[in-house]
Parts: sequence; C-alpha cells; structure tokens
Amino acid sequence: MSMIEFNNVEKYYGNFHALKNINLQIDEGETVVLIGPSGSGKSTLIRTVNGLEEIQEGNLLVNGFDLHDPKTDMNRIRKNVGMVFQHFNLYSNKTTLENVMLAPRLVLKRDEAENKKIAMELLEKVGLADKAANMPSELSGGQKQRAAIARSLAMQPKALLFDEPTSALDPEMIGDVLDVMRDIAKDSSMTMLVVTHEMSFAKAVADRVIFMADGHILEDSSTKEFFEKPKEPRAQKFLSQVEQH
Amino acid sequence: MNLLQDNFPTFMQGFGYTLLSSIIALVGSMILGTVFAIMQILPQNWVRTIGNVYVQVFRNIPLLIITFFFFLVVANYVKISGFTSGTIALTLYTSAFIAETVRAGILSIDGGQMEGARANGLSFWQAMRHIILPQAFRVALPSLGNQFINLVKNSSVLAFVGGLDLMYQGNMIAANTFDTFLTYIIVAVFYLVITLPLSYYVKHLEIKLKHAA
Repeated sequence: MSMIEFNNVEKYYGNFHALKNINLQIDEGETVVLIGPSGSGKSTLIRTVNGLEEIQEGNLLVNGFDLHDPKTDMNRIRKNVGMVFQHFNLYSNKTTLENVMLAPRLVLKRDEAENKKIAMELLEKVGLADKAANMPSELSGGQKQRAAIARSLAMQPKALLFDEPTSALDPEMIGDVLDVMRDIAKDSSMTMLVVTHEMSFAKAVADRVIFMADGHILEDSSTKEFFEKPKEPRAQKFLSQVEQH
Repeated sequence: MNLLQDNFPTFMQGFGYTLLSSIIALVGSMILGTVFAIMQILPQNWVRTIGNVYVQVFRNIPLLIITFFFFLVVANYVKISGFTSGTIALTLYTSAFIAETVRAGILSIDGGQMEGARANGLSFWQAMRHIILPQAFRVALPSLGNQFINLVKNSSVLAFVGGLDLMYQGNMIAANTFDTFLTYIIVAVFYLVITLPLSYYVKHLEIKLKHAA
C-alpha cells in the first residue's frame, strides 16, 4: 500500500514554479532518499508531505488522505507523519524529556506514566538518557538532532520525513545521527523520506533514490541502479561532483 | 507628620483603590493585550484588521479622553461609577501597549519553533500556549515591566472622575489642609510603595527566567 502518493502535483511561490508535475509513490515501509542540487525543490517537496507547504494543483495522498482537500484535518495527518528538521526546532523552553513528552501528552492524551516510560526508552535508544533533564541550549548539535528524532518517534508515526538532518552539524556529530536513522530504517514498518547529501548513507540505507533538479523529478531508481548507472546526464554530473569530495 | 496621622484612613482608602484598580487593569490588560497580539499575527485578514484597529485606537488617544468617554458617555447608558469607568479605560489603554509588546515578543521567536510544534502534531493554539507564548513573554518581560509601572502611575487618571484613588484623596486632603507640598509628597511615597516592589519583582523574574532558559 502506498503511504505517500503525488499525482501531477504543482507548487508555486508566487510566480516561481517550485514543483513541476510531480508523480511519486512511496510504499509503506520504504526508505527513500531524495537528492539533487540546492534549489532543486527537495525540501519543498518533503515539506508538502506534512502540509508545511501547500500545493496548488494535483493531489497528494498521505496515509490515504488527500492533503489538497480543504476538509482534510492536517493535525490528524501530522499525528502519523513525523518530521526532523535541519535546524532541529526543539522547544527551547522545555527540557529534552519534555520535548519528547509534550506532543504525546497533548495530542495523543497518553497516560503520564506510560508517556514518561516511552520517552525515556527513546532517549535511551538515541543515547541521550543522561541529558533528559537538560535544556536544548545545553546540548550539542548532534545531541539536539537525536533528541528531535526521539521527539518524532514518541508520536509513533507511520512515516518520518528528514529534511537535511545532518547539514547543520559538525562533521564529527554526523555519524551518531546517521546511526540512529539507520536503526529506524531497519524497522520494516516505518516509511522514511530523507533529503540528504550523505551519499554513503543513501547507498547503505535507501531502497530507492529520487533525483531532483529545477523542480522536476529527473530520476527515480533503485539505489543500486542509481549509483551504478544513473540514466540522467544531470544525475551523472551531480554524482561525479559529490563523489569528488 | 500630623498630616499623615490625621488623614491616615483617607490615604489608606486611596491607596486601596489605586491598588485595586491597578491589579484589575493589570490582569485585564494582560489578557486583552495577549488576545489582540495574537489576533494581529493570524493569517485571516479580517481578524488582523480588527486587532490593528483596536491597538491603533486605544494606543493613540489620551487615556483621559478614554476615561471621560466611559464616565460621561457610557455611564449615560450603563450605570458605572468613576472608579469603574477609570479602571475600564486604564485596562483598554494599557492593553493596546501590551498587545504591541507581546506581538513583538511573538515575532522575535524563531519560526522553527512553531513549525516544529505543528510538525510534531500540536494544533496552532497548543503550540501558542505551550511553546510560543511562554518564550514570547520571557522576551517581552522587561517592556511588560515598564507597562505595569506606567499602569500604576496612570491609574491617577481616576482622580478626574471621582475614582476615590490615591490621587483623588490627595487632592481632597490638599484642598482641606492647604498643605499641598507635604500632601503630594505623601501621595508620591504611597505610589512608590506599589511601583518599587513591582519593578523589583519584574527584575527578579527576568533573572530567574534567564537561568531557566
């Protein structure tokens, strides 16, 4: 069953045509990596999936609901679709533990004792149990991002969106975050859509790679196919540029 | 100091009314100010317009005129005392300034906070209440402190409409004793009894919240 489905989606910012005729299907449990040069529309695309950006034409089905339908309750979609941001967006006025516990308490009305238990287990899983009582400002970049991942997981979503989760991190912090993401990808029921420049992560974890440029999806191939013999000249050029580094 | 002893009950009554009016107006203007601050940042144009008009009207008219409006015009239709007229006017007037202060506080909070909260499943209002407003108030606290102190001093407008406050009683005592100088010194000291602890408390809150962040 498809978890995320774009049918002829168009997105504009004023006169700027950001997403052009997007057709894309992501099945439940799939891990899909979205790559492409900056300004290609990757972040815009991923942000439409939980309604942070509106689409103007076409339809976008997430977990069976049409996001373009004004009757669709966005809060209900977001319960099932978590997002991890480039700049973490942790709640600055809450401790790490409270960051993880807040949404389950308010949105899912999860029992307080159970909520705390789940939150602590998640912090344990991302290696931050000892930072539970710290404020986000006291965490390093990598720790913040792992806390943000734990916060998303606490909602027990069906899908997770990662919008350049390691781009704002110091190099030595990236590995820990990618390890946590790898663990999540192992869970066969979790759908993951990841915008990243980490090619080694894409190679190791993705089922499929989507290559975007200028608002178009230029290539949608299996990971092996994409890295071994990319069809599109622009994808070939992009890969050769990225792999020089 | 005979002046103070002889008129002590009157001074205290004035002090009590000033304190009462200030507390009501402070609570009322915080609530109204926050509501109008939020209205001004909502996506709906008509809501924003209402918020804007409210703030511009009450911020740009002298407090005394608003007070007279309630005391001389509204009082013709609804039975309200000078104290009530003055306190309502003080609340509305101050709330316009608080709305601007809180609005600036909200706008200073990084957009990622709201985005993170919405993506996490919180509704707009849940995000406002638990994430945005607590941070916005912390940012706005120093200016809010100023507004509170102005509010206490501005409550002296009640004297113009028989509001029985400190300034009103001071005028009465001065008129009866002809000792204007000493009377108003005592009145000023009574105001300081409210405003100094208030400013000290706001400072204390600032320091406390800075460490909590």
